[in-house]
Amino acid sequence: MRRHTVPALPGSQITSESTWLRRRQILKALALAGPALVAGCGRAGDGVAAEAAELPAEALTVTGRSAYSTDETRTSLRDATHYNNYYEFGTGKDDPWRRSDRFKPTPWSVEVAGHAELTGRFALEDLIKPHALEERVYRMRCVEAWSMVIPWVGIPLGDVLKRFRPTSQAKYVAFTTVERPAEMPGLAYPVLRWPYREGLRIDEAMHPLTLLAVGLYGRTLPNQNGAPLRLVVPWKYGFKGIKSIVRIDFTESQPTTSWNLSAGDEYGFYANVNPTVSHPRWSQASERRIAGDGLNLLGNRIATLPFNGYADQVAGLYAGMDLRTHY
Amino acid sequence: MARRLDPIALSKPFVFAACLLPLAWLVWLTAYGDLGPDPVARLEHETGAWALRLLLATLALTPLRRLGAGAGVIRYRRMLGLFAFFYASVHLAVYLIVDLGGFWSQILQEIARKPFVTAGFLAWLLMIPLAVTSTRAMMRRLGGRWQKLHRLIYPLAILAVLHFVWQVKYGETIAVREPLIYAAILAVLLAFRVPDWLRRARRSGAQQQ
Repeated sequence: MRRHTVPALPGSQITSESTWLRRRQILKALALAGPALVAGCGRAGDGVAAEAAELPAEALTVTGRSAYSTDETRTSLRDATHYNNYYEFGTGKDDPWRRSDRFKPTPWSVEVAGHAELTGRFALEDLIKPHALEERVYRMRCVEAWSMVIPWVGIPLGDVLKRFRPTSQAKYVAFTTVERPAEMPGLAYPVLRWPYREGLRIDEAMHPLTLLAVGLYGRTLPNQNGAPLRLVVPWKYGFKGIKSIVRIDFTESQPTTSWNLSAGDEYGFYANVNPTVSHPRWSQASERRIAGDGLNLLGNRIATLPFNGYADQVAGLYAGMDLRTHY
Repeated sequence: MARRLDPIALSKPFVFAACLLPLAWLVWLTAYGDLGPDPVARLEHETGAWALRLLLATLALTPLRRLGAGAGVIRYRRMLGLFAFFYASVHLAVYLIVDLGGFWSQILQEIARKPFVTAGFLAWLLMIPLAVTSTRAMMRRLGGRWQKLHRLIYPLAILAVLHFVWQVKYGETIAVREPLIYAAILAVLLAFRVPDWLRRARRSGAQQQ
């Protein structure tokens, strides 16, 4: 069995507890002053507390601070929830937040099927309850060459999958997004073959970096970000992070994935972030970081790292594979 | 002799100012950090779209005149064409300096290998001789060759529209609408010229016999 190493953080990068507590106090104060601030200045700043008040989401209790988290500047909550690709609500970047208010993420259940000892339909609460929610601040690299830094809340996918006791025939895990034309206006257009489907190899799914997210910025997921349950695979392009999951299949052969089906020469099954393999129409060597600093236009572009900077943790999964053919 | 009021000459400063409005608006949005989550992409999109709109406006003058708008409309052609070149140059500068600044090796790769970038860059290159020869003195100096040279606007307009259409991601049904609208407008504007081209081709064919 392959061991995964937790990245060693240099001491200088770890926030001391007292600083962390002080930050919480500042945030709390901001939360209390939030409405007053908004009323006072008309244009709400990037104060997370003030923005969060706009979202129909509840606060989540998060335990622990993950060693997998990055301390890079976070994308503002506003940008992370107002600039999304979620084609079921439309193909524009603002369609997901504009056109997802009819979507009802509760109640929710997930059908688990395929090569596992335990299968059937499970309520979301029952899937989540046995686990402690963790916050993971991950880089998110879109295949369109922009990126964000987002504090997700979730559970390692592997911990959830193990409870179903997958058999030795389970070589892959396939995921399916919900398909509700009445609540998702983008489904009226045959942009992709609905429902949206994604998949991972079982070792990728079991990797401790792979997260089953239920929230971001300490609150439940807004509809536009894939409520109530989505996948986050930080070393792969964002389209692998399938949203609003209703079905999980343990399969023996490689599952069909939506983007690969529609444009196979542009989007592969693996879709690992790789600066040396270009998209046919643009380079993947660098990316524009969306970190809320609209005035510093010249500082937005940064180099893209192999496996989105998670090579130390995941490169071993692909030992011996030609990543040019398995893009 | 008292000079008659020339409405075209009088309106030119206003047209000039109107052509600067998109730039002023973008400077405003930039200064206030109001360009949205991906500000550089927004700047690229807006400057490119205005270059194309002005290019199409330039091409619309001859058909407009033919449809009875008055011979004077042709006198806006130089200004609109030069503003199209101006916005295309700002567009290119934003892409090269603001967006890809510091990632120089990537620039050459993109221009050489990505068809949509190649098309856009070629369109801009072809605009240079037209801008340089847009003065009255150059018109006189080039004589009949001036018109021939300025027919470059047709292929470069096609390249500019292709540049826009090709950069749309697969499946973006909404995003592809805007470039397709420009493509349709260009097709109509070019269709207006087809009878002329046919007549000219027939005439030069007759001369050769």
